[in-house]
Amino acid sequence: MKSKFFFLVVLLLSIGILAIASPLKIGFIFVGPVNDHGWTQAHYDGGVVALKKAFNNQVQITYIENVPEGAPSLNVLNTLASKGYNLIYTTSFGYMNQVVQAAKRHPDVIFEMCSGYELAHNLGEYFGRMYEPRYLSGLIAGVMTKSGKVGYVAAYPTPEVVRGINAFTLGVRAVNPRAIVHVVWTYSWYNPPVEKEAALSLIDSGCDVIAQHQDSPAAIQAAQSKGVYAIGYDSIMEKFGPDAYLTAPIWDWSKFYVPDVKSVLNGTWKSRFYWKGMETGIVKLAPMSKLVPISVQKLVMAMENEIKTGNFHVFEGPIYDQNGKLRIQSGKIMSDNELLSMQWFVNGVVGKIPQSK
Amino acid sequence: MRLKIEKRNESASTLSVLSMSVLSVVVSLVILGFIILSLGKNPIDAYIQLVSWPFGTIAGLTQSLISMTPLLFTSLGLVLAFKMKLWNIGAEGQFYMGAFGATWGALFLFNHISNPWIMLPLIALLGAGVGAGWGTLAGVMKARLGVNEILSTLMLNYVAIYWVNYLVYGPWRDPASYNFPITAEFPKAAILPQYTANGINLGMFLAIAASFFVYYLLKWTRFGFEIDISGDNPKAAEYAGINVKKMIVIVMAVSGALSGLGGMMQMSGVLFRLQPNFSPGYGYTAIIIVLLARLNPFVTVVVAFLFGGLIVGTQQIQLFLQIPFSLVNAFQGLLLFSFVAGEALLHYKLRWLKA
Repeated sequence: MKSKFFFLVVLLLSIGILAIASPLKIGFIFVGPVNDHGWTQAHYDGGVVALKKAFNNQVQITYIENVPEGAPSLNVLNTLASKGYNLIYTTSFGYMNQVVQAAKRHPDVIFEMCSGYELAHNLGEYFGRMYEPRYLSGLIAGVMTKSGKVGYVAAYPTPEVVRGINAFTLGVRAVNPRAIVHVVWTYSWYNPPVEKEAALSLIDSGCDVIAQHQDSPAAIQAAQSKGVYAIGYDSIMEKFGPDAYLTAPIWDWSKFYVPDVKSVLNGTWKSRFYWKGMETGIVKLAPMSKLVPISVQKLVMAMENEIKTGNFHVFEGPIYDQNGKLRIQSGKIMSDNELLSMQWFVNGVVGKIPQSK
Repeated sequence: MRLKIEKRNESASTLSVLSMSVLSVVVSLVILGFIILSLGKNPIDAYIQLVSWPFGTIAGLTQSLISMTPLLFTSLGLVLAFKMKLWNIGAEGQFYMGAFGATWGALFLFNHISNPWIMLPLIALLGAGVGAGWGTLAGVMKARLGVNEILSTLMLNYVAIYWVNYLVYGPWRDPASYNFPITAEFPKAAILPQYTANGINLGMFLAIAASFFVYYLLKWTRFGFEIDISGDNPKAAEYAGINVKKMIVIVMAVSGALSGLGGMMQMSGVLFRLQPNFSPGYGYTAIIIVLLARLNPFVTVVVAFLFGGLIVGTQQIQLFLQIPFSLVNAFQGLLLFSFVAGEALLHYKLRWLKA
């Protein structure tokens, strides 16, 4: 018994020494190009760039961009795992099915999956509560709209996107109770021409502020060309429409990646569902442009503080759905599970979600 | 002095066809090398990465074979159609519809069947059937109304992809998936036998078997003979008593069935649940493959395998040399381009004329 214990200690120690001696090999799998000014670039900057800076030669990082969801991603996962990569980040929900398979096949490799929900002993999930800064951007849109019609270019009707639209709309209606938010689906995360067309169609139908859940700045360019306001996403997109850009809910993934890699390096990593909000800085509202009046900026910053301290919850009742039905009782805060599977629009959204049977 | 293009009298020999194919690959590799060089990377390193893992290691070879399977099914479907000069661009859509059919069977129609030897043939039939239906649609439009099959098959691809997306985002979402766009997993009975831990499954062998089937059809049956005649000269075929319109519909159906079967194999063999955008364009890559293979079913197996390896290899050069993804598309384009150029040189020659 004692010798077994001793053996285990030696084994653990030697693994620890080995881990210190050789750099941690980290692989990133990206769904888009690293220079998309959006989702993938945010992961690249907060992941690859920030990690190299934080850990120097303690880590060895590689990445691959534009990996199609489906079978090809399984190849990449298996290649990385069998070439000695011990920590693999995948940054799109569409890889989940393949990550689950790869995690089963390579039990000693740590997989981290962004925006999915499956967990395993060597598979963790991570995400940010983007709906918090989206609510703040909604406040700004609500003030800035003159027509009372706000447009929202949205990728796919996944719970994540629906949650964002709802939070945004709650923000808009908090300052402008009669305003409505028009949603157009593009059925693509990254397709600049389609995003631009969608934004133009919203502007033509009278929307004078355009928000988006897309990975490119095309909607901002469209708003700039038509002289209306726009709210970006993912990263500071001001240069694509200096006369249109108000602000953007953005990611700072380094707030997750750096501590996460540190926990892997010192051996304390455990599988969990990481879902943190503005208090950690993983999500935030980009600095508001000079187009936003100072008084509004002050209001937004005050609300930001309320969210960070936990005094204010975006999804606290009473909340009514599109049909005017009370969904969340007054004073009740939606649970994480309810938020994770949100598949209905709040009052004030004009648009439809395809229903499951 | 000026350049004159003349038709060659003699038809190209097998040797010159082969050397042309090899040469077009070499030429595109050389051009690719210059592009890689312009990015400040060493092209030799890139070539080594490109071939060493997918063809030189067990794990890489496995990945190449798995990547080959969907390519081979869709390619074989195209071989039949192209033989008849039916330019079926719709393998991608037929592949999607096959996956749709298989999922429909596995999750909704036959989900109470627990014996894989009943379940698997049923969903294979359904996948092939739905794929065949999708091909037939374009076939009937061509035969009855004279609709150009290039346009109809291409457009039907989008319909198929959006149809699958609609189902996955709507009615077919797995209730246990927090409303994420993904169906439930296939039941055990609907999963193809897996032979190794890293994914070699029955689908690969069936794909190779299918190439024998296509060879047999084309070489040894009356049907294959009629395809040949109808493709070469539809007028003559009509005089010989072949119902060319009927042939168009049947060939499109069989072509679609093979791609549909590929979709089913991809579901049951590799993915196990339907998700959006699950094909990175296998049906389009198949077009390049069958042209390079000159519509020979056995050569198609080889070329599909090489392309499977190419997909895996280009992932390697991306991963370990940080060469951008667009280069992969550029390379496929270069291949097709030099192949078409080579094809022209087989049939025509250039001659300098003294003024």
